[in-house]
Amino acid sequence: MKYLSEFRDAAIVKTLLNNISKTVTRQWNIMEVCGGQTHGLVRHGILDMLPDQVRMIHGPGCPVCVTPVSLIDKAVELCLEHDVILCSYGDMLRVPGTEMSLQKARASGGDVRILYSPLEAVEIARSNPDREVVFFAVGFETTAPANALSVVRAKQLQLTNYSILSAHVMVPPAMEAIMDDTDTQVHGFLAAGHVCTVMGLSEYEPLVEKWKMPVVVTGFEPVDLLEGIWMVISQLENGEHRLENQYKRVVSNQGNRQAVELVKKVFEYRKRDWRGIGEIPLSGLFVKEEFVDFDAAIKFKDIKIPETVDTECLSGDIMKGKIKPPECPHFGSKCTPEHPLGAPMVSSEGACAAYYQYKMQS
Amino acid sequence: MCLAIPGKVVSLEPSDDETNLPGKVSFGGILREVNFCFLPEAEVDDYVLVHVGVALSKIDEKEAMETLKYLKEMGELDELNPEEEFSGE
Repeated sequence: MKYLSEFRDAAIVKTLLNNISKTVTRQWNIMEVCGGQTHGLVRHGILDMLPDQVRMIHGPGCPVCVTPVSLIDKAVELCLEHDVILCSYGDMLRVPGTEMSLQKARASGGDVRILYSPLEAVEIARSNPDREVVFFAVGFETTAPANALSVVRAKQLQLTNYSILSAHVMVPPAMEAIMDDTDTQVHGFLAAGHVCTVMGLSEYEPLVEKWKMPVVVTGFEPVDLLEGIWMVISQLENGEHRLENQYKRVVSNQGNRQAVELVKKVFEYRKRDWRGIGEIPLSGLFVKEEFVDFDAAIKFKDIKIPETVDTECLSGDIMKGKIKPPECPHFGSKCTPEHPLGAPMVSSEGACAAYYQYKMQS
Repeated sequence: MCLAIPGKVVSLEPSDDETNLPGKVSFGGILREVNFCFLPEAEVDDYVLVHVGVALSKIDEKEAMETLKYLKEMGELDELNPEEEFSGE
């Protein structure tokens, strides 16, 4: 594959590691926000190759992990009690709800379908006019355009049986919440490349200025990750703070304007509860009044959701970088991918899943 | 789930439907239907980044080449000072 293998080149990886080692003179904590980057760092063994002075903190970059339990409960209820065809990305299925996961709901007779794209859910609604179809719209900014498109397309096709259960979250407000938390000592950020593919860079300038910290938009391959880390370290060692773009081959300054416009047409920003972290202002995307017929939270608002029971999962501490997954007392014992206590152990972007998959197995 | 995948545009179908500009993209030989309504400027043989069924951006070959060239040159310079080479593990 073009532009994939080149960015896994061992010689370049070695050079970058060498540069990082030569540049770093003291302890720096760098947070990668995106779960895809966390998996890259663990999977390629980069965490073990970095000098001890470079400490990577794994941020809350897994949208599945931060989806509130109440929304999972609502999705379970929709398919078990209301005969809804509940469509979801596969990541969401094993995440524990208060009483059960969507996977268990499916085993109990619920019509839960795993899809690759929300546009497939629109087609399912089209070919099942007698059934309600709900798409569980989980994700960060990268996923929002496709979900917005599904709503606009359903409206254009005059479908009355399609709606989305929006659990969308935004990255910059979460970075702000992390910096506000006095227990967290993050010196610089690797910003998530694919989020910026859509949104562009402008949202990060105010963060760089406010917190006087380097932010480097970074890709996902070993060369990308190490170059991003090196760029952050170089700025820190020189006492600088800038917004830089390591991932220029994919991310432009302005992002994808057509995608952003459609997202803003369908959604508006409101406060959102993040599982394990709490409420973050203006961090969630909610369906606008104009598209209210396509908002499952309104369409099925009479569904009563039982109160969420606290679990033993320490996901909040993990996503704020206070502990690493293996430091959790339940990691690999009481909590495994087969019997998870929380979402980070089962989501494909969860930090616990990364450590379990690549470290426990090796 | 947030990870987008690079692929090569194989075909683009003409369409008047503003919410559906269909095309086919090859991901290492696996063909998938992709909606290009956020990337109408894409052309056959372009490398594009695709996420949950929609194309989001073109991969800029020039930028990719420049990054790789720069990083490779750095490596060549390092070899002039072998004693400083990173020892690995």
